[in-house]
Amino acid sequence: MPVFGVPVKRVEDRRLLVGDGEYVDDVRQAGALHVAVVRSVYAHARIGEVRTAAAAAMPGVVAVETARSLGPLNGPFPHPTWFPPAKALQDIIHPKLRPEVIRLLADDKVRYVGEPVAIVVATDPYLADDAARAVEVDYETLPVVVDPERAAEPGSPLLNDDWGDNLAAHFVVDKGDVEAAFERADRIVRQRIHLPRSTPTPIENRGVVAVPDRRSGGVTVWSASQQPHWLRDGLERVLGIPGDLIRVVAPDVGGGFGIKSMVYPEELIVPTVALRLDRTIRWTDTRSENFVAATHARDQIHDLEIALRADGTILGLRDRYFVDAGASNVECLVCPYNTAAHLPGAYRIPAMRLECLTVLTNKTPNAAARGAGRPEAVFAMEGILDAAADALELDRVELRRRNTLRADEMPYDQGIPYRDGVPEILDGGDYTACLDDAIAALDLGALRRPYEEGARPGRLFGVGAASYIEGTGVGPYESALIRIQPSGRVIVTVGPPSQGQSHETTFAQICAEELGVRLEDVRIVQGDTLALPWGGGTIASRTAVVVGNAIAAASRGLREKVLRAAADLLEVAPGDVRIEDGRVSVVGSPSVGMPLGQLAARVAPGIGRLNEAIGPGLDEYDGFQPPTVTYANGVHACAVEVDVETGSVEILKYVVVHDCGRLINPMVVEGQIMGGVTQGLGMALFEELVYDDDGQLLNGSLMDYGIPRATDMPPIEVHHRETPSDRNPLGIKGVGEAGAIPVPAAVISAVGAALRTVGAELRTVPVTPARVLDALDAASARTQPVEARA
Amino acid sequence: MYPSAFEYLAVRSFDEAIEALGRFGAGAKVLAGGASLIPLMKLRLAEPSHLVDINRIPDASYVRDADGGLVLGPLLREADLEASPLVRERFPILLDTTRVIADPIVRNMGTVVGNLAHGDPANDHPAAMLALGAELILAGPTGRRSVAVDDFFVGLFETALAADEVVVELRIPAPSRRSGGAYVKFERQVGDFGMAGAAVVVSLDEASCVAEARIALTNAGPTPIRATAAEALLAGRSVDDDLVRATGEAARQDIEPWADLRGGSEFKRRLAGVAVERALRTAVARARGGSDG
Repeated sequence: MPVFGVPVKRVEDRRLLVGDGEYVDDVRQAGALHVAVVRSVYAHARIGEVRTAAAAAMPGVVAVETARSLGPLNGPFPHPTWFPPAKALQDIIHPKLRPEVIRLLADDKVRYVGEPVAIVVATDPYLADDAARAVEVDYETLPVVVDPERAAEPGSPLLNDDWGDNLAAHFVVDKGDVEAAFERADRIVRQRIHLPRSTPTPIENRGVVAVPDRRSGGVTVWSASQQPHWLRDGLERVLGIPGDLIRVVAPDVGGGFGIKSMVYPEELIVPTVALRLDRTIRWTDTRSENFVAATHARDQIHDLEIALRADGTILGLRDRYFVDAGASNVECLVCPYNTAAHLPGAYRIPAMRLECLTVLTNKTPNAAARGAGRPEAVFAMEGILDAAADALELDRVELRRRNTLRADEMPYDQGIPYRDGVPEILDGGDYTACLDDAIAALDLGALRRPYEEGARPGRLFGVGAASYIEGTGVGPYESALIRIQPSGRVIVTVGPPSQGQSHETTFAQICAEELGVRLEDVRIVQGDTLALPWGGGTIASRTAVVVGNAIAAASRGLREKVLRAAADLLEVAPGDVRIEDGRVSVVGSPSVGMPLGQLAARVAPGIGRLNEAIGPGLDEYDGFQPPTVTYANGVHACAVEVDVETGSVEILKYVVVHDCGRLINPMVVEGQIMGGVTQGLGMALFEELVYDDDGQLLNGSLMDYGIPRATDMPPIEVHHRETPSDRNPLGIKGVGEAGAIPVPAAVISAVGAALRTVGAELRTVPVTPARVLDALDAASARTQPVEARA
Repeated sequence: MYPSAFEYLAVRSFDEAIEALGRFGAGAKVLAGGASLIPLMKLRLAEPSHLVDINRIPDASYVRDADGGLVLGPLLREADLEASPLVRERFPILLDTTRVIADPIVRNMGTVVGNLAHGDPANDHPAAMLALGAELILAGPTGRRSVAVDDFFVGLFETALAADEVVVELRIPAPSRRSGGAYVKFERQVGDFGMAGAAVVVSLDEASCVAEARIALTNAGPTPIRATAAEALLAGRSVDDDLVRATGEAARQDIEPWADLRGGSEFKRRLAGVAVERALRTAVARARGGSDG
């Protein structure tokens, strides 16, 4: 029975839904000590004396550590997630890059509120927290910079004195003759667009447990991580012991969304101090800490200029944008260049000049989160298209239709390199059909009628749409080890862990389909550096593509071995053996054969007899290296109602039409999209981290920072289109981030369209009631003098 | 998010609670649903020395008819108020109110009386109870006393409740024959604290003019407050669109809400006015026995 493409129920659901999931904080370890972190209360200050004696004397306290007490163990070390981009890309854009370092604890100064300064190790978390409050830190405050534009100016306070400025990265991407395009234009439209800072707020915060291994001299570390192998590599350098003695396990992880793909100081210090004290140590992030110490998202300011013909045809685009990296640019060009690569999106843009300034400020480090630079790109591009449509007095959706790439233009070379340095050649999909289908699915006639008939007085109606492309399935590589046990169970071991991506279901579907075994006999082992020593992490919408195809490759190789072993035993040619539902048999004589488990036993040395041609046991290890990314795409469209008295916005209907290639499991894909749309609606409607001029976060709690809940969700419709990718054997494209990418752009376009019916303008999110009323007020202030004259 | 150390005592009677509060002094707090207190403790914004847990006091979570009015026990949960047929049939304003408080999980624990006793002007029941003219029965070492809800809210997080007193009952008088009430809250998102809210209860005379109106506002200042100027406008008049707008305007003129990240002062004044207008329309429709009732 085929299982690929079938909406089978999730294998992991029973465990997770009844509360049998095991998250880091559930990992039981007798006698563990608990860590509380003393964090900076200032955004920028020199650290003087750190007095720990009072804390050390408090009940239950075992140790208090500071940068000074740790000495050389504290670093600085090269930052474990700061990787320069592919050389091929550097050779084209010649970026200016500043390498970043990481310290376990702040030494000479602190650079953001929430930066770890000291830790207390105690017998329970309450005593640890009490003692942490007794650590006294002498701060000499320094001038603070929170605005990235100001941070880029001469004379700004400096995050790193030795840099001489705050510019963490700078590059320019060019396509075509942009000057000529602007000279030729009938109309040039300029717009500033800001997608504010937010945080993805996983339900499970971060957490680490470290257990010294006295037999090996190594350490076992559980971490709520998307990248246990990167953490292992980071620890190898920090701990100075061979990486094979460091076992990092990501157990069940309650959402990552990018912020668990960093390597954090807390993940390095807990194992360091566990080895130093030779004790099991654990730390669980609190929500308050997560708000200030886990990486933030978005926070880009774009100054865009678009050159158009009178009919709305795009001739050229200029964009100069600031990425506010916060206190450390921990992932180099991941978000900054993703934004550039995705700015043209689904549109035909003959000439471009994109300049990026990635700047440090005294705020929490800002890095990849679901979409990683793509929601920012789409928000900027769709925002300038809205402005262009308004200037040309064209319908906003119609302007998009005129510039959207057609199916007959595929594959289409966007004329700029992707982040891997390979030309950005869009590999397929019917982008215009996505737009048309999305608008058709809104069923606007019915939605609009009450407003046209005057049945909704005081309410404005608007429609918006936004498209995206997404480079998915980034390499470099993934591998899979598959073993058939004598019990008949098939064990698939892979590197990257799941934080909700349904690996245990979809990976098993791929193996079951390719190998010819029953889904329930396949078990997925993941996220454990001891089980598989290499993995690139569950990030960047990559695991379905890269791990999935590695599993397919290993399954196909193993299938050949099975056929050969069975042919030998059954004394027929390999071509006369078939595998179905976990059983090998002779073609035409189904009763002649055996279950796979029995076959595995027969070729297992000690149980059966070694088959020299196959080796010891039925297993296979293989991998997949994608040529470059494969581009998923889609359009989101929505209709909204705006209440002019209260400024509240209701989304009447939300439609997603997307294409992520062949679907492994349509239900899982729909779940991924829904989750993404939910996070996107958070950015569109509620979420914005607000800092004051002193660098204090003003809404660092779930009482003040609004995340979307089930009750806030509008009706959402998801339509799949399936254009197989030709860049991997399974024909799939990634989908983990897609749902979140165009949502703020689609919502602001719809709200903006509604407000435009009364002459008001709004181009920023979240679309809070206060912002909507301000926009309406500004419009009536503009029109009043006209009325007075009339 | 770890509270500081405290002593915990679970009591079985109000007398025991009052005795304990007297013994522990001003640092003690009563724990009922904990919907407000526990988060404050986890943020260490509240650091009580003692918690006196009244949840095990028997027979304290009732909602009963009392000559057409209601009496509510101090442990009545929001979810039980919402489920009460009495409330659903006769006090739609309370259904309006409880349904917009936090989320169902919080409403399973949070108590109606706790929502008042916490003294938070952003809570929703204070305005509803002000509009309904409720009274609270307080018990202390010297016995019981009755306090009109109009006299209960003294300042920000400050009520008429003494440190050694507990609320033992909430009483809502019987509404007059042709009366209706409604609560309207504008929130940033479902379950959030209100940016503004208004509770309106009107009684109509035989000529369908307003015999009495009580209007109260959420989050319009340091305490939940009555909009008395707006109430005065309505007296003796028939409610039409112009009067609705004038009443909203009068309420708006009367208040100085605080600016915060949910919006500025002027924004909140405006919303308060709209909330009054919308609550008034619904209240009048309910009083007239219209479809909103």
